Amino acid sequence: MADLDSPPQSKTRDLDKLLLRAGNLVGPDFYPGAELRDDIRDYVRILVVGAGGLGCELLKDLALSGFRNLDVIDMDRIEVTNLNRQFLFRLEDVGKPKAEVAAKRVMERVSGVEIVPHFSRIEDKELDFYNDFNIIALGLDSIEARRYINGVACGFLEYDEDDTPRRETIKPMVDGGTEGFKGHARVIVPGVTPCFECTIWLFPPQVKFPLCTLAETPRNAAHCIEYAHLIKWHEVHGGKSFDPDEPEHMKWVYDEAIKRAELFGIPGCGEKHNTAIASTNAIISAACALETLKIVSGCSKTLANYLTYNGGEGLHTKVTEFERDQDCLVCGPGILIELDTSITLQKFIDMLEEHPKLLLSKASVKHGKDSLYMQAPPVLEEMHRPNLSKPLYDLMGRVQKDTVHVFGTALKNEEKHSSLTKLRVVFKGADGVTDMDTAIGA
Amino acid sequence: MERDEQEPTMSEPTKTKYDRQLRIWGEVGQAALENASICLLNCGPTGSEALKNLVLGGIGSITIVDGSKVEIGDLGNNFMVDAKSVGESKAKTVCAFLQELNDAVRANFVEENPDSLILTDPSFFSQFTLVIATQLVEDSMVKLDRICREANVMLVFARSYGLTGLVRISVQEHTIIDSKPDHFLDDLRLNNPWPELKRFVESIDLKTPDPIAHKHIPYVVILVKMADEWTKIHSNNLPSTREEKKEFKDLVKSKMVSMDEDNYKEAVEATFKVFAPRGISKEIQEIIDDLYAEVGSNSSAFWVMVAALKEFIANEGDGEAPLEGSMPDMTSSTEHYINLQKIYQTKAEADCLSMEQRVKHILVKVGRDPSSISKQTIKSFCKNARKLKVCRYRTIEDEFSNPSVTELHKCLASEDYSSAVGFYILLRAVDRFAATYKRFPGQFDGGDIEEDASLLRTTALSLISEMGCDAYELPEELCNEMCRFGAAELHVVAAFVGGIASQEVIKLITKQFVPMLGTFVFNGIDHNSQSLTL
Repeated sequence: MADLDSPPQSKTRDLDKLLLRAGNLVGPDFYPGAELRDDIRDYVRILVVGAGGLGCELLKDLALSGFRNLDVIDMDRIEVTNLNRQFLFRLEDVGKPKAEVAAKRVMERVSGVEIVPHFSRIEDKELDFYNDFNIIALGLDSIEARRYINGVACGFLEYDEDDTPRRETIKPMVDGGTEGFKGHARVIVPGVTPCFECTIWLFPPQVKFPLCTLAETPRNAAHCIEYAHLIKWHEVHGGKSFDPDEPEHMKWVYDEAIKRAELFGIPGCGEKHNTAIASTNAIISAACALETLKIVSGCSKTLANYLTYNGGEGLHTKVTEFERDQDCLVCGPGILIELDTSITLQKFIDMLEEHPKLLLSKASVKHGKDSLYMQAPPVLEEMHRPNLSKPLYDLMGRVQKDTVHVFGTALKNEEKHSSLTKLRVVFKGADGVTDMDTAIGA
Repeated sequence: MERDEQEPTMSEPTKTKYDRQLRIWGEVGQAALENASICLLNCGPTGSEALKNLVLGGIGSITIVDGSKVEIGDLGNNFMVDAKSVGESKAKTVCAFLQELNDAVRANFVEENPDSLILTDPSFFSQFTLVIATQLVEDSMVKLDRICREANVMLVFARSYGLTGLVRISVQEHTIIDSKPDHFLDDLRLNNPWPELKRFVESIDLKTPDPIAHKHIPYVVILVKMADEWTKIHSNNLPSTREEKKEFKDLVKSKMVSMDEDNYKEAVEATFKVFAPRGISKEIQEIIDDLYAEVGSNSSAFWVMVAALKEFIANEGDGEAPLEGSMPDMTSSTEHYINLQKIYQTKAEADCLSMEQRVKHILVKVGRDPSSISKQTIKSFCKNARKLKVCRYRTIEDEFSNPSVTELHKCLASEDYSSAVGFYILLRAVDRFAATYKRFPGQFDGGDIEEDASLLRTTALSLISEMGCDAYELPEELCNEMCRFGAAELHVVAAFVGGIASQEVIKLITKQFVPMLGTFVFNGIDHNSQSLTL
């Protein structure tokens, strides 16, 4: 029985040292105290995406880091091959939904934690569902799923007129990945750090692969491409100049980048060998959960922003600070275009050619899921042609501002490139909005 | 590929459960894990998490040594205890919960304080394959290290302390045959072909007019031929300067007659294999030159084989190790590919036979049974001869009393490494503090944290002086943070550190992959963790 003479111990005996005490190397908004600890416990909601090797560890780690309100989503059922690492599952659980069993087991063990399981696909949830959480922690094993969640989280992001992200719309994510003895953990703060998609546009759409990164001095995934492009390209291809429109060229660049990335044991690049062990999952999830605690509380500085881990040949960890792509189609603000409500789609397309930042000719225009105009193929061009004479404002549903994507041929450094760009269209004269300085409306 | 004669068989259900890890270390590795017995000292979250990963992986047996009772505070950081277990033996509780994870594991516990056990019953540790010692202070670390070295028991230390921590292996020597590096050049000997390979290459005409035949000549043949042509004009030297290499590459390219000749494209990609230096690497050279390669009757199988390797290289190997024997995939006619494969396999087998004879001979010479090292083992050794690794670790006592000053200064000069050094020093300093003041700095609320910080700093500075790096200015922030941590054992840090420890244990027991060297110092503030080899 507990010693009756000593004062009642706090369950958060260890966590309290970090949350209740002032510190030195802490986040910018750190207000230590019992209130912080209690607020985290009572109000902060974390979503764990995936209840597999990483997800099980994440749920445990978060439940034992002061978080009480967790949700977990996973569409899979438990299989025998999961049991060597997904420690919340037993042989008799085979066949049951992972999310439900995982939630149940953690709640049984850690009293006070509430975990709501969601046995469903991530795409089947309403966007509002994701907006309810303070942080989304990813324990996924596919690029597509990561891209999806990244798109959703970055979709909540709003920018001010001066292109600074609006704090209350920022939804941070922590993302982990493992394979064999290798893994990565990264922090994604939309609008601040690179998002998952930030440099994916460099690659042709038919080649499905992950964000390729370098764990060396180059600080940008783009540099990985640049390396392959600038240095090794000429060694192998001699006088032939690199053409990003040539799928073969891009595939070569991708392959080179992969080789280089593999040298540093960066997971997520190259083929999946489908090897998984408990220890790597434990390590990566712990790093992710630690970052979650730090982001929420400010109790220490956070990872900036990508950690790679390789434990097969000795032990190597490296932190790389990648930079955002300002023009990112997913997390960027998009180039601001201000228009009169009377401007037709045709006039808009003409303007894109003159716009100093775009110089985009033969543009196709997309608004959300709707194609407003397509240059090709002829059948679709003809179908969308009537839109050209209509006001863009009407075609966009008469909203005062929204995002459009334009695709065409851009002129950069006197070279022509295919280009897909995100634009932020704002209509003047709608709801009495006053003129702004950067207007280019007719 | 012939099956390993000694491969243990597994029941079907077990095989599928471990499927994802069998792909990594195979059934031989799995068998090694299942035959291992692990002792854990202290089952707070660091130890419990380390053991959890091993239990899930199917370790043979675990014995938990911990004399404490479960406290309410443990409910906030340890997954292997629950509310009902408050007041119960922590060792018993953790043992039971770990057992639930895998009923194939034999789980035991001993209710005793590890520090006391180290003093009163050192022989206790001899029964284990490996000891995982968590949350021990300096003094106990040194004592346990002596005991384990004496008993030839492997030892892994792990510690979590606030947002920092460490992992350190302590073993006199760990030799690895199956090191499984991520990337390793294949052994095609394009830069040093042997007679049978040369004869085969000569029998093929690169200038064949038949376009189908032309584009199905494997790149091995193309490059061996072209390298031969080159050396004839260049006084028997292979391309070495940048210009020469480019010239050689262009030469290969010029032999292409059409754009769709994949074999020639592969040849161009593979020219670097021709430029690679002949013979063995510096690392293998160091191993064969090692003192232990001068074998006696007590030498391990590894060193006996290294001695044989040394002889082989100096004689029939002609500067090269036994041929690895496998060939990567390449564009080729089936006939050429199969013939080439046979040539490589034949030489590999011949080299291996040679090695077998030498091993037997050496065993006899040192008075041992010539059949005591199996054919299988020698075969594996031959296949991995270029990838051998030897890991040695200083005793804790040596490291503490005589750390490498050059290494320290090198680390301190690097921005990346300096915070790791800071934490390493502070982890030792808090133990000294505890030895003097019977508590860790900042451990209890209500105490004077600032005063503790000042005392800790003084302790750290004298330690720094002892270590011989007086010039190092311990950042005040780091010192203050250490006090703030107050010896807290946070679950996430314990899970990370314990995870690393468990992974190192797996590598040590399976004798596959390469264990870490030095002390891994965890930095949970910015994740700038580093390994320091002091």
